Amino acid sequence: MPGSWPLCRRKKALVERGAIFNRVRGFFQEKGYLEVETPFRIPAPAPEAQIDAIPCDGWFLQTSPELCMKRMLAAGYPRIFQICRCWRAGERGSRHLSEFTMLEWYRADADYLVLMEETEALVRGAARAPVINYRGLSIEISQPWERITVADAFRRYAGTSMWEALEAGTFDELMVERIEPELGTARPTFIYDYPASLSALARLKASDPAVAERFELYIGGVEIANAFSELIDPVEQRRRFEAEALERASSGKLPYPAPEKFLAALASMPEAAGIALGLDRLVMVLLDAGSIDEVVAFTTEEL
Amino acid sequence: MYTAADLKKGLKIAIDNEPYIITHFDFAKPGKGQALYRTKMKNMITGSTMDRTYRSGETFEPARLEDRTMQYLYKEDDHYCFMDNDTFEQIHISEDAMGDAKNYLIDNLQVDVLIFRDKPIGVDVPNFVNLRVTQTDPWVKGDTSGSDSKPATVETGYVLRVPPFIEEGELITIDTRTGEYSTRVKG
Repeated sequence: MPGSWPLCRRKKALVERGAIFNRVRGFFQEKGYLEVETPFRIPAPAPEAQIDAIPCDGWFLQTSPELCMKRMLAAGYPRIFQICRCWRAGERGSRHLSEFTMLEWYRADADYLVLMEETEALVRGAARAPVINYRGLSIEISQPWERITVADAFRRYAGTSMWEALEAGTFDELMVERIEPELGTARPTFIYDYPASLSALARLKASDPAVAERFELYIGGVEIANAFSELIDPVEQRRRFEAEALERASSGKLPYPAPEKFLAALASMPEAAGIALGLDRLVMVLLDAGSIDEVVAFTTEEL
Repeated sequence: MYTAADLKKGLKIAIDNEPYIITHFDFAKPGKGQALYRTKMKNMITGSTMDRTYRSGETFEPARLEDRTMQYLYKEDDHYCFMDNDTFEQIHISEDAMGDAKNYLIDNLQVDVLIFRDKPIGVDVPNFVNLRVTQTDPWVKGDTSGSDSKPATVETGYVLRVPPFIEEGELITIDTRTGEYSTRVKG
C-alpha cells in the first residue's frame, strides 16, 4: 500500500474532523442560519493586494466566497453560512494549504463585536471541553476571551507603534515574529481595530476612522479567523478596490476584473458583519496537530 | 538562482560567499498581509545558526559546493568516517555537521560528501533509505483501540512512527527528507 500510510495514520484525526464539522453545522442550524453554496469558479475575485487567485478556464477559483455571500445578504438572506473549498496561489506551509476549507458566515444587523461573541460560542461548541491543549499550552476557553487592539499589541509585544511599523514597512514581519506567538496562549485572543489601509472590505470605526472594525482570532498563536463589520458603501468600496488593484499592478500581480455585480448589490446590502474561519486550522488546534497536513485526507504533494 | 518560493528544509544557499543549509522552513502570512518565508539556517562551516525571514521576490545564490560520492565506513567518537570510492581516500565529518543524515547511516551506504574549499562540511544521503527495525512492540491483531501508529527503533538507533503491522526484523523505507516512514520492503 505505498502512499497509504499518511491516510491510515490520520484516521483518528479525520474521524474527529468529521465530528467537529457536524457540531459546527449543528451550531448554525440551531441559530437559524441557512447553509448556502456559491460557485467555486468565479469571474472576479475581490481585488485584495496580497491574496492571489488561481486562474481557471478564463475565470478564477475563489479565494473566499465573500462576494457571492454578500450578494445573498443584499438579496434578503439575513443569516447564512457556508463550508467550502478556497484556493490561494503559492500558500504552503505548516499552517497553509493552497486548497483549504473555509467556514464563512454573515449576519445582517450585526457588527464585529456581535461576531466575537458568536465565535466564542461556536468554538466552545466545537471543542466540547473547557480547555484546549495545544502544543504544550493549556488554553482556557470557557471564560471570556482576551480582546486587545492591534495598536496595543504592537506596543506590548513589538515595542513600537502600529503606525511606525506600517510606515517602516515592518508591520507584517513584526506581526509574524513578535506578536502572533504571544496571542491566544492562555485564552483565545481577539486582536481588533486594524489600520484602515489593511482592511479593504471593512467599515471604518466611527470614533476613529484611521482604523477599521476588523478583528482576527488567534488560538495558541495560530490565526483562526478574520472578521469585520462590513463596508456597505458602494462608492467607498469601489475606491478601495481601485487602491488594492493599483497595489497589485505595481507589484506585477495578475489583474482581476472589477466585481461589478457585487458593487451594484452593495447598495442594497443591510448593515452586517461577516467572518471567515479556517476550519482546517481550527481542527488543527482542537486536535493538537503540529501541521495542517495531519488534519486533511490529502495534501497537494500526496495527490 | 533561487527565489523565496524555492526555500525549503535542506536547501543550501550562499550568504556572503559562505554555504548555509536551511534547517527549518515555514511559510507565514499574517491575515491580509504579505507572504513571508521564515527560515532557520546553519552556517555549514562554523555551525552557527540564525533566523531569517524573507519576502516574495527575494533571490538567493546556491551554495557553491562540490560533491563526491563516498561510502560510509564507521563512527569513531563524535566523527563519522567516509571513503572515496575511486581514490580510497578517507575523510572525517563531525557529528554536528552531519545533521539529520546521521539517522540513516548504515555500513557501506553511498552518500554525497559536500566539499567547500577542499574541506568536507556535510553529506547528502539518498532521498529514500531502507533500514531494519530493531525494536517495536508487537501488534495485537484485532486491536480496536484506534491506535494508528507506534514507535519503532531502526538499526541506526533512530526512532520514528510506523504503522501497527510493522514487526521487529522487518526492512522499511524511510524518506530522509522528512524522516518519516514511507513503506514496508517486501521479502
